[in-house]
Amino acid sequence: MDNLLPRLPFADWIDTGVDWLVTHFGSVFDGISAFLKGIVEGSVDLMDMVPSIVLAILFALLAWFISTRRIAIFTLVGLLFIDYLGYWYSMLQMLSLVITSVVIALVIGIPLGILGSQQPTVKKIINPILDLMQTMPAFVYLLPAIFFFNIGVVPGVVASVIFSMPPTIRLTMLGIEQVPKDLIEATEAFGSTTWQRLTKVQIPLAKPTIMAGVNQSIMLSLSMVVIASMVGAPGLGEEVYRAVTQLKTGVGFETGLSIVIVAIILDRITQHAGKKKQGGTIR
Amino acid sequence: MEEQRKKIEVVNTTKIFGKHSKRAAQLLNEGKSKGEILKSTGATVGVKNASFDVYDGEIFVIMGLSGSGKSTLVRMLNRLIDPTMGSIRIDGEDIVVMNKEQLRGIRRKKIGMVFQNFALFPHKTILENTEYGLEIQGIAKAERQEKARESLKLVGLAGYEEQYPSQLSGGMQQRVGLARALANGPDVLLMDEAFSALDPLIRKDMQDELLQLHHDMGKTIIFITHDLDEALRIGDRIALMKDGEIVQIGTPEEILMSPSNEYVERFVEDVDLSKVLTAGHIMKKADMVQIDRGARVALRLMKRQGISSIYVVDKGNRLIGAVTAQDALDATDSGKTLEDVLIRDVPTITPDTVLTDLFDTVSTTTIPVAVVNEQNHLQGIIIRGALIGALAGDGQFINSSPVESVVAEEVEVVNHG
Repeated sequence: MDNLLPRLPFADWIDTGVDWLVTHFGSVFDGISAFLKGIVEGSVDLMDMVPSIVLAILFALLAWFISTRRIAIFTLVGLLFIDYLGYWYSMLQMLSLVITSVVIALVIGIPLGILGSQQPTVKKIINPILDLMQTMPAFVYLLPAIFFFNIGVVPGVVASVIFSMPPTIRLTMLGIEQVPKDLIEATEAFGSTTWQRLTKVQIPLAKPTIMAGVNQSIMLSLSMVVIASMVGAPGLGEEVYRAVTQLKTGVGFETGLSIVIVAIILDRITQHAGKKKQGGTIR
Repeated sequence: MEEQRKKIEVVNTTKIFGKHSKRAAQLLNEGKSKGEILKSTGATVGVKNASFDVYDGEIFVIMGLSGSGKSTLVRMLNRLIDPTMGSIRIDGEDIVVMNKEQLRGIRRKKIGMVFQNFALFPHKTILENTEYGLEIQGIAKAERQEKARESLKLVGLAGYEEQYPSQLSGGMQQRVGLARALANGPDVLLMDEAFSALDPLIRKDMQDELLQLHHDMGKTIIFITHDLDEALRIGDRIALMKDGEIVQIGTPEEILMSPSNEYVERFVEDVDLSKVLTAGHIMKKADMVQIDRGARVALRLMKRQGISSIYVVDKGNRLIGAVTAQDALDATDSGKTLEDVLIRDVPTITPDTVLTDLFDTVSTTTIPVAVVNEQNHLQGIIIRGALIGALAGDGQFINSSPVESVVAEEVEVVNHG
């Protein structure tokens, strides 16, 4: 049976659109690409200049400063374990990719979340886009990312940013909206400006929720490293991908375990960063 | 009562919630009821044509059950809720037409607000909470901290500056709420069910302290409550609300003794009058005689007035005792002076004693109880019948205007007559 309507050429439209963007904004994308590549590779080189034992101790001290001694010890032991397995440089590459994408996700996501919490219209526009970002299979937007930014670490960063940004935006909006109504009334009744209300009351009170979003963004970004390696992003993800394609079970476990260790360190540290601030909680 | 300056004037102010507020307002003007408007437009009438004045320095209580619109009404006074219609003038300035900037100025300088659930900022210390209003005005840290400390001292919370709200009890938290509102030095305090979340004993303490603060600082206070006893206790005047409308405005006595309609009547019928009415409300003019007039004059006066005892005052009209008709008669017969038969140990009370504290005194004495002021000037007397009549809710036993004491001149008139 023939379809009543001709087939919708949606795919063609997307292709045309991507082509048009590449042709007309090629230099813009090249610029972004060079910038991101510089940051990721630069930070890897910087970290690699320091001996691994020194860097591991520095990370452990950072963990101690932000959270607890227990986590600091785990950080030191875990990182040295990765070094001992021989994945130190790959780990640095992965860390650099993750941190770069998370920072970008936060720089865009937190202000967007704040804006969304203040403007119902913005929120209405953002929400379906967030749904799209979270549910669209990552491979689908990896393809255009390659067209825009070539093979390598940059499309990996872009894919990680897209995938990891939604929780930060959502939880920032949620955290700010959850501030009790009578506190908002109190700030208004004393004559606060919108900015004063946000910075002195709403954002400080939303901080634990916002930090939960940051934590989620980091975890999602870590979960993207293997997929990012398929477009040529180097790092532990790349090692996992190679082990899988070459059916090396042992190496797969070694590298997988290394990713888990990094994930646990980042998770525990960021969880504590959200809780540690003294004072009361929201009623 | 002397003519007082109007601090706040609310004229025909209406708040309609919902999308079709314009259409609803039109229907309201046509005299449709709340229910009809809800049905035809889906809009809810929160406050309907409220008009009242609040005088400088008084405690004005807005009282009503939940859903009566009292919280909406008080929020319109600092425009946390924008009125749909009407005008609200504070010191003659209409705040309804003010822009955001002007409104912020009013909120920062003129009106402080205290909230039912305290609304303290949980991430700030008590001191930081108290200085919030000054902080957002950009006042230097040292200055605002000093003012905040003063304010905390005023509510009896000195020493708690570095604690967090969660470390304090409910009563103390609300003191912080009060201190925070006072720190700005506002003329007007809006208190939205400020004591309703506190347990009864703490609530009574807070009411007493509020009255004391009001006495000391003379702020204009608008106090919202659903508790009639609280309203009667602290209000100079009370506005009673029902379904978004003000049904009666008056002093506590007016509300109690002459309810304007059945609703108010039902509302006030369970009030324990003995805790609301004071000696000043039920005292009668006292007949008195100056001590140097002698027993004969006293006796004549008692005969004339048909009373069996009379109070005796000195030249400065200060109470020194009482004399009964029998004693005065004995004195005239035996040539004694009034001083010889004077009963010096007479029970006295002050005009602000509530009736419940009168029972004991009234029941143990044979002569009417004397009401005296701080200077021991006789203000009036309490007669048993009036006490019982007032408790029964009979308005004729309640004084609507202050009682003038009867002075010695009148005695002479009687004497000559």
